This record gives sequence, C-alpha cells and structure tokens, in this order.
Amino acid sequence: MISRLIDGVPRRALVLLGLLLAGLLVAPLVVDAYILSILILVLYFAYTGQAWNVMMGFAGQLSLGHSLYVGIAAYTAAALYVHFGIGPWAGVLPAIAISMAAGLVIGFLAFRFGISGVYFALLTIAFAEFTRVGFDHFAWVNGSGGFFLPVTQQAASDPLNLRGSPTMFYYILLAVTVLAFLFCRWLLTGRIGYYWLAIREEPEAAQTLGINVFRYKMIAVAISSGMTALSGVFFAFYYNNLFPEQIFSMSRSIELILGPIIGGVGSLFGPILGAFVLTALAEVVTEIMHALGYEIPGIKQVFYGICLLAVIIYLPHGIWPPLRKRLGLEDRS
Amino acid sequence: MPTELVFTVALQGILTGLVYGLMALGLSVIFGVVRVVNFAHGEMMTIASYGAIVAFGAWNIDPLVAMVPIAVILFALGYAMQAALINPFINRPEHSQFILLAAVAIIMVNGLLMIFGPDARSVLVDYSLDSIEIGPLLVDKVRVITATMALAITAALFAFFKLSHTGKAIRACADNHLGALVIGLNVKQLYALTFGIGSACVGAAGAMMTLLIDTTPNIGPVFTLQAFVIVIIGGLGSMPGALLGGVLIGLSEAMSGLFFAPSAKTMFGVAILILVLLFRPQGLLGRKA
Repeated sequence: MISRLIDGVPRRALVLLGLLLAGLLVAPLVVDAYILSILILVLYFAYTGQAWNVMMGFAGQLSLGHSLYVGIAAYTAAALYVHFGIGPWAGVLPAIAISMAAGLVIGFLAFRFGISGVYFALLTIAFAEFTRVGFDHFAWVNGSGGFFLPVTQQAASDPLNLRGSPTMFYYILLAVTVLAFLFCRWLLTGRIGYYWLAIREEPEAAQTLGINVFRYKMIAVAISSGMTALSGVFFAFYYNNLFPEQIFSMSRSIELILGPIIGGVGSLFGPILGAFVLTALAEVVTEIMHALGYEIPGIKQVFYGICLLAVIIYLPHGIWPPLRKRLGLEDRS
Repeated sequence: MPTELVFTVALQGILTGLVYGLMALGLSVIFGVVRVVNFAHGEMMTIASYGAIVAFGAWNIDPLVAMVPIAVILFALGYAMQAALINPFINRPEHSQFILLAAVAIIMVNGLLMIFGPDARSVLVDYSLDSIEIGPLLVDKVRVITATMALAITAALFAFFKLSHTGKAIRACADNHLGALVIGLNVKQLYALTFGIGSACVGAAGAMMTLLIDTTPNIGPVFTLQAFVIVIIGGLGSMPGALLGGVLIGLSEAMSGLFFAPSAKTMFGVAILILVLLFRPQGLLGRKA
C-alpha cells in the first residue's frame, strides 16, 4: 500500500515534499504569532481545497456550495460541545456523518434526476443558501445572533477539547492536511481514481464500460463532504464563533475553491500550492496598501480580484501543472 | 388578517417581481445564447443603481429618465466584457468561466465599496410616497410605474428577437452554434451584442430598483443569486419564463414577509428553486434540452 503512494513519483519530488514538510514542522519554532496565524489559514485552505478537489478535480462535479458542509459540521460539533459537553474528538464523528448525509442527499437528488454542469453547481448554491437562512432562524444555536463557544484562559493546551494555543491548532491541522494529501494520492492511484477519471472525462463512455457512474459520483460526494466536515469542526473550535451569515455564505464557498482552481484542479499538489499563493497574495496586498497609506475599504479585494483574473486568463490549468513541468516533477506512472 | 391587506401585499409583490424579472431577463438572454452563467449579474445591477443614485444626487435626474443613458452605458460595459474577457473563455471548462466572472464580481463589489462606502443609499423622488387606488387596494405609485416599464422593455426585447434581422441571427447562434458559424454569422460579435443587451436590461432594472429598495455595494451578490433563482424557475433562456419567475419570487417574498419573518423570504425562493430543479429542471416555461 505504501509503495502505491510513491510509485512513479520522481525522487526529486519526494525530496522537495520532504523539505516542505520539514519546513512546516519547524515553522512554529521560528516564526512569530502573526505568521503562524497566516500559516494556519494556509493549511486550512489547503485541506479544504483538497476536499473540494475530490469532487470537482477527481470526479468532475462542480460544487459551489461547500460552505454548507463546513457550516453544518461546525454547528454540529459546536452545539454538541456547548449543549451536552461532548468534546470535539467525539463530536467530529456525528459532524462528519451529518455533512456526509447532506452531501449524499444533494448528490442523490441531483444525479438521480440527471442534473449536471451549471445546474448542479446552482443546486449546490441553492442548498447552501437554504441552510443559511434556516440557521438564521434556528433558535437552538441562537439563529442569526451567532453561536459562541466558551473561551477560557488556560495555562496549558488541552488537545482533548481542542482548547489551546495556536501552535497546537497548527500541528493538528498540519497532520490532517498531510493525511488528506496521502489519502487523495491513495484514491487517485487506485481503481476508484481511474473510474473517476473516466467519469470526469466521458461519463457516457464510462457508463458503457460498465462503471456504475451514479455510485462513484455518490462516493466522491460522500468523501468530499466528509473531509470538508473536518475543516468545519476545526473552524468552530479555532474561531469560537459561528454566524450563519458568514459560514454558509456563497463568498465562503468561493473562497474555498479559489485555491485549488488557481493551484490546478485535479492535481494533488494544486490545492496546497493555491492556498499558499492566494493567502500570501492577500497578505502582500494588505502590506503594500498599508505601506502606501491607502486604507480604503475594498481596495485590497479589488487587487485580489485583478490578480485572480490574471491567473485564470494566462494560466488556464492553474499554476501547478506548468510549474511541475518546469521543475521536471512529472509523475512517471 | 384582512383580505384587502393580503391582496395589497400580493399585488405589491407581483409588481416588484416584474422588475426582478427584467433584471433576471438579462441573465437569461446571456445564458440562453452565450451559454455562460454571468456570476457578476447582480454586481452589474448595483453599478447601474449607483449610476442612478449619482445622477439623482448630482443633477436631480429622475431614475426613470437616467435609466436610458445608464442602460446604454451598461450595454457598452457588457459588450466590452464579452469581447475582451469572455469570448476567449467560450470553450474553457465551466469552472474556469465561473472563476473569471467571480473575479469580475469581486472587483465590481469592492470597487463600489471603495467609491461609495458601505452605507445604504436610496432615491427619494417627490412621488415616492404616492399611492394609486385600484378598487379596494392601495398600491405604491412607483411600483406600478416600474412594473409597467419592465413589461414594456420586455415586450420590446421580445419583438427585437422575433422580428429584427439581428435578433434572428442571435437566436440562430443560440440554437446551433456550428450552423451559425457555417452560414457565416460573426458569432463572437453577436455574443458580445447579446451580452450587451442582457447588461442593458439589468442596467434599466438597476436604475428602477433605486426607487424600490436601498442600495449598498453588498446587495450585488444577493441579486446575482436572486437572478439565478428566477431564471431557473422560469426556464433558462425563456423570456416569458424570466418574467414569470420574477413574479413568483416577488410574490413569495411578499407573502413570506407577511405570514412569516421578512428575513426568511429568500428561503422560500430557494425552496421553489430546489423543487423546480428536481422535478422540472428545464424550468416552468423552458423547453427540454
């Protein structure tokens, strides 16, 4: 099984990945709190982008409503913690289950009724919006007033309850991101990865070859929504406050998918690279604006938008595929 | 609850819905022909709204008059967007097109935020508070006027597509892209023209909308979503469908505001959308693909 993960990967790629991982492992020891918070954001987007990529990049189903899975998982784990004292490590299981169930319901309805492409994307937005307004009026989690987790000052980190320092959150998230990366590599190199590839490229031909297209699309949705749920639980316990207006919003869904699209849809390293590039870009733009003394609200996002436009126009497949070629890291398998 | 109140609110909702319909019509025309979903649609409407607000604030021009130059400007904007940005993306995958237009939308929302700030603005003309008696019902004058104009513009557009040479050429592109190329139509130019026409619709709707609602930069994405909901309910690419969808959404918003919480109004629209997508994906008045 391990050999399947590294078969065909150039040695240079393994070395570079090892260096990157080593760098990320020692980072908290050398960087200040501000940079650490940015690295947490990078890993968050890298992980969530990876999860979205399973559905879009692997199986070809464009979801623009992934904030739904982040949101319901975040609310589930937070509500279990606040109302029943159930810790996040136990709460993550029902959170994943509920997110997966939501994904499967949407997938079932869409795929059974033959909805695909733009219509599928709009259906995912519609479900996320529906849930957002629903949570706005859901009194058990305080509706639109926001749901808050108790924040206590603690001397030591308490990983069992996910209460503690940013460094603890950082290492947990790093572990999750690495595992997700390996898991996706495992999926892609297995039978299911090839099925998805066939479904993504030629759904009708895949069907003709005897692939149960419906079932494998459903599996992609289940894996993607389940993985996304984990980032929702993390979000709840890291930020300690949840507002339906924010967590379920369409702009949050867009934010999640920019990384993998800019990095390279369907590639394994694309979501990670995209998360680094986009987060760094946002920070650099903020710094420049600050240095120039332009503190006008909105100016940062305008520059961000222009950079996005430039990438999507000039690098149609994202940054990673051409960069991979340049570095000579093409997969030989 | 008195029956007159229910009917009044329903009628107001239907009238507002016709303006929504005009806004969504722009999206429908663009998707029906170019096959690109304009994710910056609501943002373009907001630009038009701010145009009307500026024209009224600076020169005291009634939004119903300013509507004409604003529609022309939006036409130019749409034409330029299609010609410069979207035409090269016609054969790109959907997610690429989506990011392209999402980036345009981000620039538009935040550009407006930079210029106008986050505060809500509206236009108060001297007839803003007048109402018209229709039998026992009392409806806002502005709603009657804007709804009538929305209907008139839709009718004109309908005539353009049915009767004019250019309109027929555009429909040919929509029906059979390859065929249109074969008979020598300049498809890219017609696409740009279509995007311009769709943008002019949303421009006119945006100018009128200043009489009905408060404008902030952030309503852009809300109306983008609103336009999707309306167009899918009515049937993507169907012109009467867009109006019908607009009326249904206007009505459902008004009714949910009356019987439930006003903040829940979008939920009903989205619920209708989900039902339509599942049981009649081509929309109420759409043709089966």
